Amino acid sequence: MKIRKQDLQRIDDYVWVIPTSFHPEMNVPVWIFADEELLEDALEDLSLTQGVNVACLPGLVGHVAIMPDVHQGYGMPIGGVMAAKVPEGIISPGAVGYDINCGVRVLASSIEYQTAIPYLNDLASTLYRNCPSGVGKGGSLPLSVEEFDHICRQGARWALGKGYATQEDLERTEEFGCLEGADPAKASQRAKQRGKGQLGTLGAGNHFLEVDVVDEVFDTEAARVMGLELGCLAVQIHCGSRGFGHQICTDYVHDFQWAVINYGIKLPDRELVCAPFDSPEGQAYLAAMKAAANYAFANRQALAYHARRSFQEVFGSQPGVQPLRQVYDIAHNMAKIETHQIEGEELTVCVHRKGATRAFGAGFAGLPAEYRPLGQPVLVPGSMGTESWILLGTKANEELSFGSSCHGAGRVMSRRQAKRTIRGDRLREKLEQEGINIRAGSMPGLAEEAPQAYKNVSRVVETVSKAGIAHKVARLRPIAVVKG
Amino acid sequence: MILKDTNFKIIPSSESAQAKSFEEIEHTADWAYRVRGENLAQLLIQATLGLYSLVGMQLTPGSQTTRSIQLKGIDRESLLVAWLNELLYFHESEGLGFEQIKIQYLDETSIEAKVTGAPTQQWLKDIKAVTYHNLAICETESGLEVTLVLDV
Repeated sequence: MKIRKQDLQRIDDYVWVIPTSFHPEMNVPVWIFADEELLEDALEDLSLTQGVNVACLPGLVGHVAIMPDVHQGYGMPIGGVMAAKVPEGIISPGAVGYDINCGVRVLASSIEYQTAIPYLNDLASTLYRNCPSGVGKGGSLPLSVEEFDHICRQGARWALGKGYATQEDLERTEEFGCLEGADPAKASQRAKQRGKGQLGTLGAGNHFLEVDVVDEVFDTEAARVMGLELGCLAVQIHCGSRGFGHQICTDYVHDFQWAVINYGIKLPDRELVCAPFDSPEGQAYLAAMKAAANYAFANRQALAYHARRSFQEVFGSQPGVQPLRQVYDIAHNMAKIETHQIEGEELTVCVHRKGATRAFGAGFAGLPAEYRPLGQPVLVPGSMGTESWILLGTKANEELSFGSSCHGAGRVMSRRQAKRTIRGDRLREKLEQEGINIRAGSMPGLAEEAPQAYKNVSRVVETVSKAGIAHKVARLRPIAVVKG
Repeated sequence: MILKDTNFKIIPSSESAQAKSFEEIEHTADWAYRVRGENLAQLLIQATLGLYSLVGMQLTPGSQTTRSIQLKGIDRESLLVAWLNELLYFHESEGLGFEQIKIQYLDETSIEAKVTGAPTQQWLKDIKAVTYHNLAICETESGLEVTLVLDV
């Protein structure tokens, strides 16, 4: 099934629709948020076909939302959002993905870039040393069985008792760093075995830790509340639930192959395997997914602790240097139970976001008091070497995309092509000439993540801004990147 | 039953004398590779070889370790994915890779095997999982063919 531009209806400059008439199995339409150029990118691979596949799942309401950073994934496209009615609808491990609660955390510093320049090389090396990254790198925080289960239930709250977190960190984390209802007993021993030695690690692939400078501020008041100062440093951490989440998804995608037959569910793609939300299988996955999500919150918290330690080691002797303050921590691979106005009716739904973040508007009770008048921060990392963005969700967005936004730049070039056409060592040299300190464990891995392999993140952000999904607060420019 | 008590040697190297029946194919975000085999056992072995080659696996010379694997799938596709994910699990949990596979029993929904290998000396790429994306083992004139998508 190849989708052509003429199959789409243009609603306005930034919204396109694939109607249910496109395919007899579609239960809801697909809305694509993209300008013309980004749409052309999406038509190049199977992103939109995968979006149509998602729209064929049973129990969905509203529409499937496709973000402007969409790219082909497996099952659900990366940058896809779907909402299944609760309790009559379904829950799908494949539509959440293997890296459950992969997400981004941003920390703000009051250290000015100009002051920091002589220390940046040392800072990059210190972060690389203190924040384990790369294939097979173990964690620096060994866990007992009891402690592992505690993390599954408590998420980032676990870190507070350990001295790895502040109260403000938790308040400025999605779900305050802990999803209620997690049950570690629903995760296999194999999942725990994979995850037990990995807490406080970045991993490899597109995960990274980055030091940025706040390059431009678009909303002065919001930036002030968030602690972002023009010309000062910030830190981004991008990682997820590591092997624990990967194995939970692997286990449930395998087990649900039987569930779809037992429940008579017809699938357009076996990776979109699902079970009725209120079935024993569906509830078991939800409890296990929450355990992995909590592990991921704790993982980013541990890395934030290491980042703070690194800043202290490098800048600690300077007078008046304040610790890094959390801006926000946000998930972009997760299923959440939320209430939305859908076609005039208030419905409880299970919103699956894969490569998409939550982006609620002002007034949302799940935000800390200082953010409630502003809306929820949306953290949009660019590719290595390009700018990143801090946005705020809007109230209007809640009816556009179930309160969701883009999660990054989105790939356009395959990893294979990137490795063929880009040399990691030359890329590092080029980025360092541009003033970006690079610490990477693998040169082929670096090549795969080259800026050329990604869309223009500012174009993506312009689209979500113009579409009314989120508005701009600040733009960040990278000055040091740590990758596995 | 498809197979009983058959040994295979896995040599994940470009210099391998073993016939190479897999190839990496383009995928925007993840990794994908196509595998061919005369039958299900060969497909499984070639998929193993492909996986280990893609990650650049090299084993530590010296003492060998053997593990038993028993898996069930709902069909041959899910059995293949379960097999490859089992190999990923052994790497991530114990740091092991395997170079000999003794299939003791194989049919379309179950496998019993003994795998022998060693700690990995080199493993260049984290693979989160082998997925079911558009998964279908196709019959061809020369046997079976499948395309596997890996989440990296």
